[in-house]
Amino acid sequence: MPTYTLLVNGRRRSVEAAANTPLLWVLRDSLGLTGTKFGCGIAQCGACTVHLGGEAVRSCVLPVTAVGTKPITTIEGLSPTSTHRAQKAWIAEDVPQCGYCQSGQIMAAAALLSRTPQPSDADIDAAMTNICRCGTYQRIRAAIHRAAKDGGA
Amino acid sequence: MERRAFLQIAGTAGAGLVIGFRIPDRRGVTPFAPNAWLQIEPTGAITVTIDKSEMGEGNHTALAMLVAEELDADWTKVKVGPLPENPKGWSRRMSTGGSTSVRTSWDILRKAGASARAMLVGAAAQTWGVDPGACRTESGVVTHATHRATYGELATKAATIAVPENPPLKDPKDFRLLGKRTHRLDTPSKVNGTAQFGIDVRLPGMLTASVERSPVFGGKVKSFDATRAKTLPGVRHVVQLESTPWTGVAGAWGVGTESGVAVVADTYWQAVQGRQALQITWDEGANATLGDIPARLAVLAGQSGVQARKDGDATAALAGAAKKIEAFYEVPFLHHATMEPMNCTAFAHADSCEVWAPTQNQTRAQEVAAEAAGVPVDKVRIHTTLLGGGFGRRLESDFVAEAVSISKAVNAPVKVIWSREDDMKHGFYRPATYNALTAGLDAQSKPVAWTHHIVAPPILLKFGPLQNGIDRTLIDGAANMPYAVPNVFVDQVAADLSVPLGFWRSVGASQNAFVVESFMDELAIAAGRDPYEFRRELLQEKPRHLRTLELAATKAGWGTPLPAGHGRGIAIAEWEPTTCAAVAEVSVAPDGTVRVHRVVCAVDCGPVVNPDTIEAQMQGGVVFGLSAALYGEITIENGRVKQSNFTDYPVLRIPEMPVVEVNIVPSTDALGGIGEPSVPPTAPAVCNAIYAATGKRVRRLPIGKVT
Repeated sequence: MPTYTLLVNGRRRSVEAAANTPLLWVLRDSLGLTGTKFGCGIAQCGACTVHLGGEAVRSCVLPVTAVGTKPITTIEGLSPTSTHRAQKAWIAEDVPQCGYCQSGQIMAAAALLSRTPQPSDADIDAAMTNICRCGTYQRIRAAIHRAAKDGGA
Repeated sequence: MERRAFLQIAGTAGAGLVIGFRIPDRRGVTPFAPNAWLQIEPTGAITVTIDKSEMGEGNHTALAMLVAEELDADWTKVKVGPLPENPKGWSRRMSTGGSTSVRTSWDILRKAGASARAMLVGAAAQTWGVDPGACRTESGVVTHATHRATYGELATKAATIAVPENPPLKDPKDFRLLGKRTHRLDTPSKVNGTAQFGIDVRLPGMLTASVERSPVFGGKVKSFDATRAKTLPGVRHVVQLESTPWTGVAGAWGVGTESGVAVVADTYWQAVQGRQALQITWDEGANATLGDIPARLAVLAGQSGVQARKDGDATAALAGAAKKIEAFYEVPFLHHATMEPMNCTAFAHADSCEVWAPTQNQTRAQEVAAEAAGVPVDKVRIHTTLLGGGFGRRLESDFVAEAVSISKAVNAPVKVIWSREDDMKHGFYRPATYNALTAGLDAQSKPVAWTHHIVAPPILLKFGPLQNGIDRTLIDGAANMPYAVPNVFVDQVAADLSVPLGFWRSVGASQNAFVVESFMDELAIAAGRDPYEFRRELLQEKPRHLRTLELAATKAGWGTPLPAGHGRGIAIAEWEPTTCAAVAEVSVAPDGTVRVHRVVCAVDCGPVVNPDTIEAQMQGGVVFGLSAALYGEITIENGRVKQSNFTDYPVLRIPEMPVVEVNIVPSTDALGGIGEPSVPPTAPAVCNAIYAATGKRVRRLPIGKVT
């Protein structure tokens, strides 16, 4: 099996994987980063969202060969102290219910906030296409607005 | 009451106070058995053991609050420990469903906290030589005049204090924690990736499996060729699996695994590659032509059913009615579609078995695992992880049986991960139903007769043949229709369809509220009355329903002007004893697309534990109800589930999310659950609003386009 060198959460990691292995399973099975979740396998639900070169991508359909040298950030690497403004806002609004989709939601929200620091409701609708089966959407929206208001990292 | 049986104390020097609380065994075989533990360490750290699964509904936080309230604990020092791992040794069934976690633990956990508090006070009073009755407790500290000691300081001594026989519980007016918005204990771990779900379990030497299951319900592997699969990198084993019926025998919950072939590999992706390389020939069996179920149900409507309710003489009243209304309502099969697909990790040994599972039903999981492993039930340990959603799907134990069987075959720890497609095609579905209704209005437009004829495949077959030929879960919301109509007849025809069925968030009420509340709207329209006022008049004998309905209507501004093209609809349902009403505001685009703008709900769940969680559950239930009402449909063709993923089983996303406003009725009525109650009224409120906006009556779900 080929070996790939990935830059994950600021660390260089070497992994062996078949070329068609999605990044999601490299993160979860090879690197033990299980905060990124498997939901649908076809980029529909967004539970697997990570940042690739700062952009939100759905890692369940991204083959490891397509990563190249771009840095990868997962939920574990979003903030060393779990204090990214999205994380703080998520706690303040008590967003999660089951919590399974929330890593992906937070990564999508963090990418939105870095691109659009003061997102409108329409911006949120366009960027936040992740599924939450528990139905936490109203609080996700509130948390993004709160994070935007708080500013900072 | 014998003290020793009431409360068992285990005090170890230096280890603090451990209370194992006992409640009567519900079968009365042994008088008491441990129910929950509360542990206070000398550091002051408090660990509460909860026997319920956390699947998003916030029950771990709520249950810990019950203990902390009576204990007068410092809430910042409270955490929830792991669930008990030997369900057979537990006093009550370990399962989480029916919105019952708080209701069934309210007394037990409050008493556990109160007992511990009394013992801590006793320890302080003894130390200081004062009257325990003159000591005060607050936020983890006992005080008396100038004396002060923390619970941590008192923990070791408290373990030597006699257990109070009947610790007094607080008057609700003295509650400091209960009723206040409280942050969930599990939120921090759910925003940084550290929360451990079933799919996240990792063990030394663990392998991962992916299973190709019979595409047809009840089909069998006729033959298979794994030659190529076995040559692929990482593939270690290929295991054939037997099917088990989803229907039960003599009360035992059917397991419902499908026949299939498992590919076991080092990683999930390798297992999937191996699975795709399998060549399997199926014996599709008797269900190979199963399909067109709505038509089958409609035909069965010609049969008379088993009586579920009879008040007066509905037939005679209909014959004499000034106006007769008749309608047919249909709902489809639905899937739970938890965000975390089914999965389970098992390690079967010769004489024991370990299971790591996101299960709602530890007791049944342990029995099923024992059978699959061939070991005694009490040799199985169930390690409960967090659940990435449950909604009733994880009450089943098929995914546990499968994992144990595979582990046993390969003699290694194995995690079985279901793909989304596996999950959707091998579920336990909310039954499709067909409903024929008639009603009569008298000359004053008051309803005098109501009949509801339900055709449905019974969920309760999972426990064996029906008792009295009726599935009581499928008449919920229909047989207890709350309106004052003098002549009512409700009956049910049980359809045997071979489709695996399960409990879906709010179960029978999920469809019956749609049927009953839509038809009640039709009656109001036929009577020329306002749908809200019409309901109010008929709920005068149901105060809990009435005040819930009134609060929702008032907060929604019922009767106030709406933008052009918008309509408002109202509905109420009961998830006994909780009542929940919803007012929906919708518009319908020229192409028939329904837009739900706002849903105002009111809920009366009796005493409030955590209003923040009630609000979240109401919002979540509305979203769950909307997904089903607008899009949800599982169809069966040739014995197979047609849908496969979120592409053809869509659920609500943020752009479609209406504003949901939650109002809690101040209430001292019976304590009720909150996980399910807002699902049932959502679909009818929306459909009644569609009628108000367009004059079109939706009688079949999902709504789809209104044209």
